[in-house]
Amino acid sequence: MMLFMLLFSRQGKLRLQKWYMAYPDKVKKKITRELVTTILARKPKMCSFLEWKDCKIVYKRYASLYFCCAIEQNDNELLTLEIIHRYVELLDKYFGSVCELDIIFNFEKAYFILDELLIGGEIQETSKKNVLKAIASQDLLQEDEAVEGTLRDIGLL
Amino acid sequence: MAPVRGDGMRGLAVFISDIRNCKSKEAEVKRINKELANIRSKFKGDKTLDGYQKKKYVCKLLFIFLLGHDIDFGHMEAVNLLSSNKYSEKQIGYLFISVLVNTNSDLIRLIIQSIKNDLQSRNPVHVNLALQCIANIGSRDMAESFSNEIPKLLVSGDTMDVVKQSAALCLLRLFRSSPDIIPGGEWTSRIIHLLNDQHMGVVTAATSLIDALVKRNPEEYKGCVNLAVSRLSRIVTASYTDLQDYTYYFVPAPWLSVKLLRLLQNYNPVTEEPGVRARLNETLETILNKAQEPPKSKKVQHSNAKNAVLFEAINLIIHSDSEPNLLVRACNQLGQFLSNRETNLRYLALESMCHLATSEFSHEEVKKHQEVVILSMKMEKDVSVRQMAVDLLYAMCDRGNAEEIVQEMLNYLETADYSIREEMVLKVAILAEKYATDYTWYVDVILNLIRIAGDYVSEEVWYRVIQIVINREEVQGYAAKTVFEALQAPACHENMVKVGGYILGEFGNLIAGDSRSAPLVQFKLLHSKYHLCSPMTRALLLSTYIKFINLFPEIRTNIQEVFRQHSNLRSADAELQQRASEYLQLSIVASTDVLATVLEEMPSFPERESSILAVLKKKKPGRVPENEIRESKSPAPNTMAQNNVIVNHKVNSNANADLLGLSTPPAGLNNTGGSGTLIDVLGDIYGNNNAATYNTKKFLFKNNGVLFENEMLQIGVKSEFRQNLGRLGLFYGNKTQIPLTNFMPVLQWSAEDALKLNVQVKPVDPTLEAGAQIQQLLTAECIEDYADAPTIEVNFRYNNVPQKFSIKLPLTLNKFFEPTEMNGESFFARWKNLGGEQQRAQKVFKAQQPLDLPGARNKLMGFGMQLLDNVDPNPDNMVCAGIIHTQTQQVGCLLRLEPNKQAQMFRLTIRASKETVTREICDLLSDQF
Repeated sequence: MMLFMLLFSRQGKLRLQKWYMAYPDKVKKKITRELVTTILARKPKMCSFLEWKDCKIVYKRYASLYFCCAIEQNDNELLTLEIIHRYVELLDKYFGSVCELDIIFNFEKAYFILDELLIGGEIQETSKKNVLKAIASQDLLQEDEAVEGTLRDIGLL
Repeated sequence: MAPVRGDGMRGLAVFISDIRNCKSKEAEVKRINKELANIRSKFKGDKTLDGYQKKKYVCKLLFIFLLGHDIDFGHMEAVNLLSSNKYSEKQIGYLFISVLVNTNSDLIRLIIQSIKNDLQSRNPVHVNLALQCIANIGSRDMAESFSNEIPKLLVSGDTMDVVKQSAALCLLRLFRSSPDIIPGGEWTSRIIHLLNDQHMGVVTAATSLIDALVKRNPEEYKGCVNLAVSRLSRIVTASYTDLQDYTYYFVPAPWLSVKLLRLLQNYNPVTEEPGVRARLNETLETILNKAQEPPKSKKVQHSNAKNAVLFEAINLIIHSDSEPNLLVRACNQLGQFLSNRETNLRYLALESMCHLATSEFSHEEVKKHQEVVILSMKMEKDVSVRQMAVDLLYAMCDRGNAEEIVQEMLNYLETADYSIREEMVLKVAILAEKYATDYTWYVDVILNLIRIAGDYVSEEVWYRVIQIVINREEVQGYAAKTVFEALQAPACHENMVKVGGYILGEFGNLIAGDSRSAPLVQFKLLHSKYHLCSPMTRALLLSTYIKFINLFPEIRTNIQEVFRQHSNLRSADAELQQRASEYLQLSIVASTDVLATVLEEMPSFPERESSILAVLKKKKPGRVPENEIRESKSPAPNTMAQNNVIVNHKVNSNANADLLGLSTPPAGLNNTGGSGTLIDVLGDIYGNNNAATYNTKKFLFKNNGVLFENEMLQIGVKSEFRQNLGRLGLFYGNKTQIPLTNFMPVLQWSAEDALKLNVQVKPVDPTLEAGAQIQQLLTAECIEDYADAPTIEVNFRYNNVPQKFSIKLPLTLNKFFEPTEMNGESFFARWKNLGGEQQRAQKVFKAQQPLDLPGARNKLMGFGMQLLDNVDPNPDNMVCAGIIHTQTQQVGCLLRLEPNKQAQMFRLTIRASKETVTREICDLLSDQF
């Protein structure tokens, strides 16, 4: 089970945090601080896995963003890397070659996409097509509402 | 930036841009505060906000929270949005709640109805939103409210696949916080049969759920094995086009494969049926075969996914440990990875091989890769990989290769990273001891360790070499000679001086025949180091010197001279002073016979598992590097053992202390009946006002807070404890409008008690001004275990009327606990070991109403011991482990608290290596839950 996922920039700014375990806020901040420092200090060719407290950290850098997950001792490290990759692919597909700014300005979307991929720290849907379909149907609902709103505004409804 | 789909929120985008344009942290904070004020006024204002505005503001709050600022409002607006009939608003409401609301918030009750409505929606998008929210919060409240709906959603024929997937994982999340949510009976088979579902996404999600259910109740879910094996077999033999979108970079369903392989690892043997077993082995072979095929893509994703399945298959092979053929093949495969270009693969291969090394079938195969592993240890760029190589060398070490591996590790130690040196020292010491056929080799290794990495040689390591030398006559002469030579180096580590001092003191006579190491030479050599050493080492050397007087009467005058030296006889260090003067007297007064008896050679130490191993285990809870070819391990020794090694007279004083400890009356009986009652009584006598609160009881489980309060005075406490030391700040606050005069807190702790717990109190100003607060510092040192706790008597005059309160201080024995992590196996091994009459104490008592298990857990966590999860087979039972640090010894202590829900009772059992401790801990805790 994944315990949490953090996205942060090369400057150490946190861009997204998702916690699958209930930690107190103080602990969350502490964990984040520690991990950001540890990972930013690592060199590019180093192993993507590290032992940390009683769990394992799996991280990977995509352009200016670090994706970092904590998993349990028995979890599969390589496949966690691919969960990260799948998430990146999804963001990329949704935003059209995603960049850090997309995630900053549309952080809520980044969360919604993550919720379709993982629930309670376990992978829910591995098919890219199906996740995008789910997100598209969310967007469709929103657009319908937006159209409805406009029609109402101009008195057509 | 890509155009935002759905409906964008311009105000939000502008705000985010503003924040990004801030030149400094201060500017950012200023901008945020302005925004917070704005939002607050909007939320409070008379104008009702429409849904869009609410959504926008809630989103801004979320963004501010994600920047790392605390948000303490907006929850009600989010709850409002949640029940909106516009999806875009609802979604933001859910997001806010998921991110910001913690599990025990009152708000949760407010949203349950909205969630229920959404769960019943015909639109799957709404249902999933609700399910995701339940899973994100995942609290007991959620489990209780939805224990009917979610299982139904999962197995019902009408449910759409996307909803089933979410329902499975949502149920899993709730099951983790409240295991009773899963209905039994016919549901079991319906849940298992989800493994046969047409939809791969449903199977993937369901497998995670089933894995957790199996862990809890393997028998009931045994039916899943056959289904899992056949599903796995179908996936593995499928071509990558068969599974369409569930193929990931040419690998068919890697996530599901890995989950199924994990699921099967819950059973051992995986199956009793020969047919199923054959099919499984075939499947595992196919996975191994496919790993050898040329890659279908150069992308790292392809290799990762493929190898993820391979590693998990190897885990299953290792777990079953019954198919020599597969184990050997797995080992060869991993061997190839050891020289792979990818650091990640090398790391994982090393890790996996650590496990293979512990199987009798593959141990020899692993050894074939020794050269490569040694190279990895030396050459890898990443310290975590080097560390893994060290672990593997440790695991593959046996009698055949021990000398070589130990030598290589010693060589590497000179340049090893600081972060792994201490652990390497432990490993080398353990291997050298375990595989020594010739103990002269062992002595050489340990002395080399001290020479190369003296700073990282912990006490246990040098204690251990002394234990072994004392127990093995054949090596004593050699040890004396070697250590004598080692001490001749111009600069040698203090640990070397300690070992040298001890060994020469015991066995110096064995080499005294050689004129190069004549008694006086030995003595001068040791004494040349004396002035460079810490007091503890000096104390040890003084003991060596008195032993020398016994061994070599001819140098008595030289030694007496040293005892007489001002710096010793009048040393500022009490221990040194005492030893110097006592030894001096002993050497003058005692006859040769008496001297020979007092300073007789140390008796052999009882044989026990290496105390170093225990240290290594403690350093790495959860991931103990193994060096055993699977066999059950003997339980770790108790921690007291090490103290025996200190010089004779210390041992004696320890023994005295123990006797004293035993002769004191049982803790708590005549002193107080539980720590709270006495003060309550005194409170009634002395406190003129009735409304005084004494909170001492609560402090059993916490270190900070308000200890006492009445109309005049409030006493707060802040305390911290480390090892056997504690520091306590008492904060006296005057609540009245006039000064409190003659203010004088007096410590009440008998002289006899003070020998066990030494408490020092700093005086305070005699006047406590109106409304003011003063601080009083206390330091406490636990010398040996004690009962009860000191009291502070606070005397002062209010309006010239004398006042007096006695308050028990939160300085109970449990404050000196160090939590100890351990797994179930070692817990129960220790538990059994502490079965003696004096080591057990038990109490059965009525639970406070209502019986509160989470509350009890919290209390135990605050009590200072480590609460161990997944150790007791009954999940309601709580077990803990900890070590009490006193100056004279460390006392290991185990606890078990068993609730009886029907009778509303608790049974508390304490087991510890010392009787007085057992009783005191039991007394402290009884009636507290």
